[in-house]
Amino acid sequence: MALDKSEVEKIAQLARLHVDDSEAEEVAHRISDILELINKMQAVDTENIEPLSHPLDAVQRLRADKVTESDRREELQAIAPASEAGLYLVPKVIE
Amino acid sequence: MMAAKTIAELARALRDGETSSVELTRHYLDRINQVNSKLNAYITVCEEQALAQAAAADLRLADGETNPVCGIPLAHKDIFCTQGITTSCGSRMLANFVAPYNATVVDKFNAAGAVMLGKTNMDEFAMGSSNETSYFGPVRNPWDTNRVAGGSSGGSAAAVAADLCVMATGTDTGGSIRQPAAFCGITGFKPSYGRISRWGMIAFASSLDQAGPICKSAEDAAIMMNVMAGLDPKDSTSVDLAVPDYTADLEQALNGLRIGLPRQHFAEGLNPEVEQAVRDGLKEFEKLGATLVDIDLPNNHLSVSAYYVVAPAEASANLSRYDGVRYGYRCDNPIDLEDMYKRTRSEGFGDEVKRRILVGTYALSAGFYDAYYRKAQQIRRLIKQDFLDAFQQVDVIIGPTSPHTAFELGAKSDPVAMYLEDIYTIAVNLAGLPGISIPAGFINGMPVGMHMVAGDFEEARLLNVAHQFQRATDWHLQQPELKTTESAA
Repeated sequence: MALDKSEVEKIAQLARLHVDDSEAEEVAHRISDILELINKMQAVDTENIEPLSHPLDAVQRLRADKVTESDRREELQAIAPASEAGLYLVPKVIE
Repeated sequence: MMAAKTIAELARALRDGETSSVELTRHYLDRINQVNSKLNAYITVCEEQALAQAAAADLRLADGETNPVCGIPLAHKDIFCTQGITTSCGSRMLANFVAPYNATVVDKFNAAGAVMLGKTNMDEFAMGSSNETSYFGPVRNPWDTNRVAGGSSGGSAAAVAADLCVMATGTDTGGSIRQPAAFCGITGFKPSYGRISRWGMIAFASSLDQAGPICKSAEDAAIMMNVMAGLDPKDSTSVDLAVPDYTADLEQALNGLRIGLPRQHFAEGLNPEVEQAVRDGLKEFEKLGATLVDIDLPNNHLSVSAYYVVAPAEASANLSRYDGVRYGYRCDNPIDLEDMYKRTRSEGFGDEVKRRILVGTYALSAGFYDAYYRKAQQIRRLIKQDFLDAFQQVDVIIGPTSPHTAFELGAKSDPVAMYLEDIYTIAVNLAGLPGISIPAGFINGMPVGMHMVAGDFEEARLLNVAHQFQRATDWHLQQPELKTTESAA
């Protein structure tokens, strides 16, 4: 199961990663190797086997719908690459 | 002077007035200053804060504090958030990240009076088995500095082995505590899934990640577990189960203990000398009254394949948060939002992390879910069932931690070859079970790790078995000389 360059570009776009043209072949090759390792499991018949999504088959614990966090906006925004007036700044998205 | 003592020994020395926490802390800070440049075990050392914590610990000790970790110097893997101190996760993405809060594990050690010396090196986002993917450079093995320390908790393992701290924290998603512990000749313990809070522990693969102790003995691991384990309302995956005193059963005799030896772990691919060392270790258990039973884990060979779907898939979701908006790295001069996301992530993440994000994104992309993620979760059920069946016959399962001893830096450049490093440890994460690696011998001066697994939440049993082995042997007391051998290549 080998991926080609265009498939790598498609996945990279989904993951919001940039893959340089010069690296695309190498990345495609490495990922194809990993998929080959993964695909060993396709040989096993798993029909009627319930997927194990949690190692203890536990379900998520719920809590009361109450506010438990205090407002720490200033502290949390102090570590942002760019913020102003309580807002996170990003490149302009609306003309 | 007081090199390489255990928590248990130093806790007594602190109470007998033989030393103080400040004296001990200075000793360790000096050692770090002298030795760390050879090993690269620490990313951050916090001298000032450590001495302040030590002075506070000495006051508590004078007041009769009984917690054995009070005043004991510790290192945290740089995956645990520490308020006011950089938490890099071994990545350029977080090289400037100072968390606004502490991980629960950090809070618990602080509350118990432990002294944090610094933050240890690790594979980037815990993705690696050699500590070579760290943005801050590889960790070197204290037994031979041309060799890897293992990963991803390589800094914690090397720091404990070289006595640059008394105890350290680690995390284990596919073997990241146990394999570096084996490579560095120390004790590394991964508890059951959910036993320790993951609040403030940077996420890699959420259905697998678990924190645990890295230290010099099983007794020390039990002492650390007493601090670390327990329900945390801030982590909904932490289990609501009473926490026993993990030191209470350490001295139980092993008469009648049934040990399972998985045929699949003593098979092709295992270095014969590693096998011999583990089998010699098993003879010790027979002397202690245990019986050995051959067992099968018939789906073990599928564990690496299933893991490399589950872990990258969960990682691709977890790491989508690194977008250059709220914290961490942001690229220079983005032309638009899309460009900012893409360049931030491409420049901030290293090659292995990007590779796993791509694999995970592919496995979760439209049309592939059933063939990959669902299939892997079904295999996971088979793997867990193998263990449940085995534990009908035996109390613990023992085998090698790794197929060989630590390899040379740069020896494994192929990702798939690196993934197969964790062939004996990964199934334990998929099944959520507790596992421990303890030293069981040496080959050409390099440590061999013995791997033990028990049923869900049977941590105390596992620590008892490991402790009894360490009472009968002295492999765990050996200390490295930080030598550098000529490369064989």
